[in-house]
Amino acid sequence: MTATTTATGTPTAAPGRPRRSSATLAGTAALLRFDLRRDRVRIPAWVLGLGLLTLASANSVHAVYPTAADRASIAHASAGPAVLAMTGPGHYLADYTWGAMLGHRLLGLLAVLAGLMSVLIVSRHTRAEEESGRAELVRSAAVGRHAQLAAALATAAVADLALGLLLAAGLPGLGVPGLDTGGALLFGAATAAAGLLFAAVAAVAVQVTEHARTASGLALAVLGAAYALRAAGDAGANGLAWASPIGWLQRTYPFLDDRWWPLLPALALAAATGAAGFALSTRRDVGAGLRATRPGPPTARPFLGTPLGLALRLHRGLLGGFAVALLLLGAMYGSLLGNADSMLKDVDQLKEALARLGGRTLADSFAAMTLLVVAVVGAVYAVLAMLRPRAEETAGRAEPVLATGVSRSGWLGGHLVAALLGSTAVLLAAGVGFGLAGALSTGDGGAFPRLVGAALAFAPAQWVTVGFAAAVYGWLPRATPLAWLVPAYAFVIGYLGPLLKLPSGLERLSPFGQVPRLPAAAMDWTPLAALTLVAAALIALALAGFRRRDLDLR
Amino acid sequence: MTKAITLSGLRKTFGRTAALDGLDLTVETGEVHGFLGPNGAGKSTAIRVLLGLLRADGGSARLLGKDPWHDAVELHRRLAYVPGDVELWPNLTGGEAIDLLSRLRGRLDRRRRDELIERFDLDPTKKGRSYSKGNRQKVAIVAALASDAELLLLDEPTSGLDPLMEVVFQDVVRQARGQGRTVLLSSHLLDEVEKLGDRVSIIRHGRVVQTGSLGELRHLTRTTVEAETHRPVTGLETLEGVHGVRTEGARVRFAVDGAHLDAAVRRLGEAGLRSLVSHPPTLEELMLRHYGDELAANGHPVDGEAAR
Repeated sequence: MTATTTATGTPTAAPGRPRRSSATLAGTAALLRFDLRRDRVRIPAWVLGLGLLTLASANSVHAVYPTAADRASIAHASAGPAVLAMTGPGHYLADYTWGAMLGHRLLGLLAVLAGLMSVLIVSRHTRAEEESGRAELVRSAAVGRHAQLAAALATAAVADLALGLLLAAGLPGLGVPGLDTGGALLFGAATAAAGLLFAAVAAVAVQVTEHARTASGLALAVLGAAYALRAAGDAGANGLAWASPIGWLQRTYPFLDDRWWPLLPALALAAATGAAGFALSTRRDVGAGLRATRPGPPTARPFLGTPLGLALRLHRGLLGGFAVALLLLGAMYGSLLGNADSMLKDVDQLKEALARLGGRTLADSFAAMTLLVVAVVGAVYAVLAMLRPRAEETAGRAEPVLATGVSRSGWLGGHLVAALLGSTAVLLAAGVGFGLAGALSTGDGGAFPRLVGAALAFAPAQWVTVGFAAAVYGWLPRATPLAWLVPAYAFVIGYLGPLLKLPSGLERLSPFGQVPRLPAAAMDWTPLAALTLVAAALIALALAGFRRRDLDLR
Repeated sequence: MTKAITLSGLRKTFGRTAALDGLDLTVETGEVHGFLGPNGAGKSTAIRVLLGLLRADGGSARLLGKDPWHDAVELHRRLAYVPGDVELWPNLTGGEAIDLLSRLRGRLDRRRRDELIERFDLDPTKKGRSYSKGNRQKVAIVAALASDAELLLLDEPTSGLDPLMEVVFQDVVRQARGQGRTVLLSSHLLDEVEKLGDRVSIIRHGRVVQTGSLGELRHLTRTTVEAETHRPVTGLETLEGVHGVRTEGARVRFAVDGAHLDAAVRRLGEAGLRSLVSHPPTLEELMLRHYGDELAANGHPVDGEAAR
């Protein structure tokens, strides 16, 4: 096979003879229709979910901050590094209109979520298909080498553009002053551009490893790094945010400056990354990764002889990746800790507000706010770990194990213990990173144990996340993805709750909202004990359900 | 205790399809029982009910004198299972998977394990994802047979094995039977079951339609013979049990009932045999001949020979 990705010179459009360029893309249109059909529920759910979330938020900021004085006050309170790290560049605060609030508070969030949607779409229609062996069947038909990747990217593009259009059309329709058509178009375009960019990142990631899960993880790590860079950049008001494409898109300043040009580097990067994905895909075989597999040990080590040993072995790759990522994320936020006080020196109003939170220092309040974000990222690990038994079951790998002397409870129990330990370990990693960087940047050695403890206080919330995922798996195995509700809810509420002044009861619905906000607030063991009990009950429920249902077999 | 497996009136439905529709099956202790049926007949569903992986909707099931759902773990320590479609952990080697499954069942007999790996010519250092279907199958077979389980549940165990490995497999199963173990061997290949089975049950549409020793089922089998002789063969048509004789010069082709094979081959010998090929009947032919009514309604030919 010598055909390459690009047609050279003028296309030879002889009738009845396909051009070389189109041969590698043969069947793309049919596959696109097929992919869209497979995602006929997912994509509308994502697009409507994100679109309505944005429209509802736009409506709420209008209602919650009716006067210019209200808006000036929230702008003043948002000038601190903690808020800027979680939102966007401080320039938005210059004229904090309702539109600027949207751009500041939501564009970064939408970029992350559209990126997540696109990564999952691309990985699902490329590597997951190859992993299952279905891609081989499709490729044996009259389908070009690049058709599957092209169709997957096109599917993601359809979703991204639909979201962009929904935002562009919906925001001006709300009748909120200042949400004009031009700004809305830019807002939608920036969101869509983020989706396209991370779809292209996923197109590269799926070439590198043989597993859809690892590929998604890799692409999401890039997404996380881009977000972390812009967070560090915006909080420190240095140039770091310019190293992140999410930072570029936030600097379009829709409804404020309506600056279109930052879309150009973002789209150029997306095109270049996508092209790299196509190029890499020709350098490997169907089903293979870029790295060859090496032989392994001919016999199993002693620890690989129990359900727990097996579960730990299956979880360890993902766990290691998350532990490192959270260590770095924690360290990134922790390193900002030393500056928190000096950066906030002049903002008396904010100082008062934070003092009301109960923090001894502004650094403590900053730590409490950012640790919540880190903990919710940790909840993503908790969910991923509990999706593992479902994957084992549907792949047919649970069947031979459950046909041995392992009971249902023993098998699921192994995964549960691995997930409980793992979700605690990622918090520990985050706490160590946060604590080390925090102690170094503040020069206060006592900060280390305090911050590690504050991170570990989220452990019971992690266990509830694990328990909820397990309970869904035990009773409604096909609905296991519902487990994502916990981190998604905690994320959205944590992110939008303060802005929209949502009732605190809504935040307390999330297990993460129950955890005392250490180190700013005082330690309170009661909610932690309650969460632990809830987790234990959910786990008991999960085991009861799993013991009595049929296995989902192939 | 002489019955290893007793299923009676077993029912299992998935949505609106009845996978098992009143299945009766008895397997004696110490026998190799062939469990024969076309794809989708319900063989795997029955085995998974026996493993307690699925819960029957009706009927009763006893395995080694216990209830397969309630006493699953206790039973699993006494049996070994080879699924028809073996999936391995992509990042565990074959050797690790064998050890893992053996340890989870109970004891691991390392000598027997190494011996079986040797006989099946399996590379235990390869990762699960790089094994072919046949090699994944070997991993499950080695893990099952390295155990000292008293009952082996084998669900189309040889699918994907090459003929050489099939011979090794048959040998190993015979050895297991010699040790007094009970084997339930599901297959859609009649000749495989014929080589190993003491008794056979034929399952179709979720119920057993025939059960008995191979001799008792002999009337069901009809062998196709193709021969080349020195002199033209005469009088074949007049022999009992011979059907559809076609002669083409020195070559003759016909089908003969199992019980009358001897007489027919003797007649060929009288004419001076130069070459002889015989095909055992496939399950499909057998099903077509005996249960062809529905298939015929679907437009498939009813005559087994025409189907060739």
